[in-house]
Amino acid sequence: MPYYILRRLLIAIPSLLGISVVLFTVLALAPGDPFEELATNPAVPPEVRMALRAKFGLDDPIMVRYVRWISAMAQGDWGYSFVSRINVDDLILQRVGVTLFVIGSSQILALLIAIPVGVIAATRPYSLFDQIANTLAFVGFSLPTFFTGLLFILIFSIWLDWLPFVYQADIQATGWRWYWEHIRQAIMPIAVLGLFQGASLVRYVRSAVLDVIRLDYVTTARAKGLGERVVIVKHVVRNALIPVVTLIALQMPAIFGGAIVTEQIFRIPGIGSLLISSILANDTPVIMAVTFVFACLVVLFNLIADILYGWLDPRITFR
Amino acid sequence: MAGSTLASPSAEAVAQAQARAPTFSPTREAWRRFRRHRLAVISAIILALMVLAILVGPLFWRIPINHIDFAATLQGPSWNHPFGTDDLGQDLLSRMIYGGRISLAVGLAAMFVAIFVGTIIGAVAGMSRGWVGSGLMWLTDLFLSLPQLPLLLLVIYLFRDALKGTFGPEGGTFILIVIVIGGLRWMPVARLVRAQFLSLREKEFVEAARALGASKFRQVVRHILPNALGPVIVAGTIDVAAAIIAESTLSFLGLGFPPDIPTWGRLLFDAKDNLDFAPHWALFPGAAIFLTVLTINFIGDGLRDALDPRRVL
Repeated sequence: MPYYILRRLLIAIPSLLGISVVLFTVLALAPGDPFEELATNPAVPPEVRMALRAKFGLDDPIMVRYVRWISAMAQGDWGYSFVSRINVDDLILQRVGVTLFVIGSSQILALLIAIPVGVIAATRPYSLFDQIANTLAFVGFSLPTFFTGLLFILIFSIWLDWLPFVYQADIQATGWRWYWEHIRQAIMPIAVLGLFQGASLVRYVRSAVLDVIRLDYVTTARAKGLGERVVIVKHVVRNALIPVVTLIALQMPAIFGGAIVTEQIFRIPGIGSLLISSILANDTPVIMAVTFVFACLVVLFNLIADILYGWLDPRITFR
Repeated sequence: MAGSTLASPSAEAVAQAQARAPTFSPTREAWRRFRRHRLAVISAIILALMVLAILVGPLFWRIPINHIDFAATLQGPSWNHPFGTDDLGQDLLSRMIYGGRISLAVGLAAMFVAIFVGTIIGAVAGMSRGWVGSGLMWLTDLFLSLPQLPLLLLVIYLFRDALKGTFGPEGGTFILIVIVIGGLRWMPVARLVRAQFLSLREKEFVEAARALGASKFRQVVRHILPNALGPVIVAGTIDVAAAIIAESTLSFLGLGFPPDIPTWGRLLFDAKDNLDFAPHWALFPGAAIFLTVLTINFIGDGLRDALDPRRVL
């Protein structure tokens, strides 16, 4: 197992480097010059501009610039936000917790929906429940998150007036009330993301369970006289959920996309809304850093899924 | 799932009896199986009606998209404005017809980019037996683990102005969005095509073509590719829906098409600050996106049933 984890870690490093190459290429290919303002300013002589370019190494070959950029990123020197006037890494550290909280809770909600529904649908294939669940799953992942978010605001905030639609990071309350307010304002964003994610997972859970339920060991379990409940919960579901772990990891990029939209709708102060506001404010260092953080998170979750997979299915670790 | 049902001896006899019935072309057989998916057929009809409305709508509904009427701002649905008006009194029906054209055009064009890139990369990876194939698959996996929406936003932020200068605001944004969405969605297609190629290239009919001296290019284009097309068509159908969602997401975040071009996502972006007194403004474009994506997804599901040769239905 330790050897397996080490190997997974070593596989994660090239993909992280590959992602950084893609990001840097995009940045390097982009038209526009950081010293454009100086170029149009007649008070700055061309020699000064050239000297500045040389000082910041903009005329170096692209390989040299990439190595300099990646080593700065690795050392935690992520630049300085033009708008917020603080270091980019501090800014992201302030914000990343909320994003992880929302994404994590919505994943749990998605699993709480998808596993029971998928398992029940698979144990009664082509039944009425299966057909309804399948249709609702299609509706669920065809509803874009931005539209569900607006619908929820319209129904629960405006018409029913049950839930607040603006997320506040600092709530003026203490004790239980503080927790209650936090839960109240997090319900809608988490539900929007979780329902979308759950709807796309239901069909995977269903087909994973259907794959397992035909296997001989399940028949053996039934032949031993075990109750249907025990057979399904202890024998079928445990094995069927192994491929689902990989699917969740594969969907991580899409989940982050949904999180950006949700944060934007409900004004959650996470890194997704930070990305949008810095794009609108032309704050390039923050944009680059947030994109890189999202990429790192995707690789991290893939790594966690791989390790979980190896733990759940010990056959994997021996390959 | 039904395809893996065990065929009992009696079932085999029925199958043989059916085999003597007149045989149909693969297309007709696929159409017969597609019709069995009731929701897919209903979806195809609804989508066809929506496309028709978008294409011929401007001939009948002649209010220009930028006709400002301050006497009729933020009105709900009425006979003069079936979908209501926005804060400048512009008619939402004509704006949605216009936006629908853009959304569908973006979806189709991005799908073609994704299919084109994915098929080429998948075919090369599927035919090569050396490091080229594994290298391309590594690249595919790398692209799969890229966070798509942040990257989409980054690329559009960096390249928007340059392309606008070259191709004009509308054309430049269109080209950029299509290439970026298509360029980030080819990976599933590449994996599908490669998997199909790996099994098909060892089949007897390809071997026969090889023995007859067919060049590698001819083997691929005439023999392997047509047989690998089924899953690609299904993936392409679903890609249209995904591309429409991606474009609407960009517009909804205020980073897609310029503000004067009313795509469905852009209408939602403008409407979201007026939800409390003009909910129709958000509901109609949102429902249009939802209905389009839902019908396309159902059609994709029906096509999956219809084009899977293992199905016995």
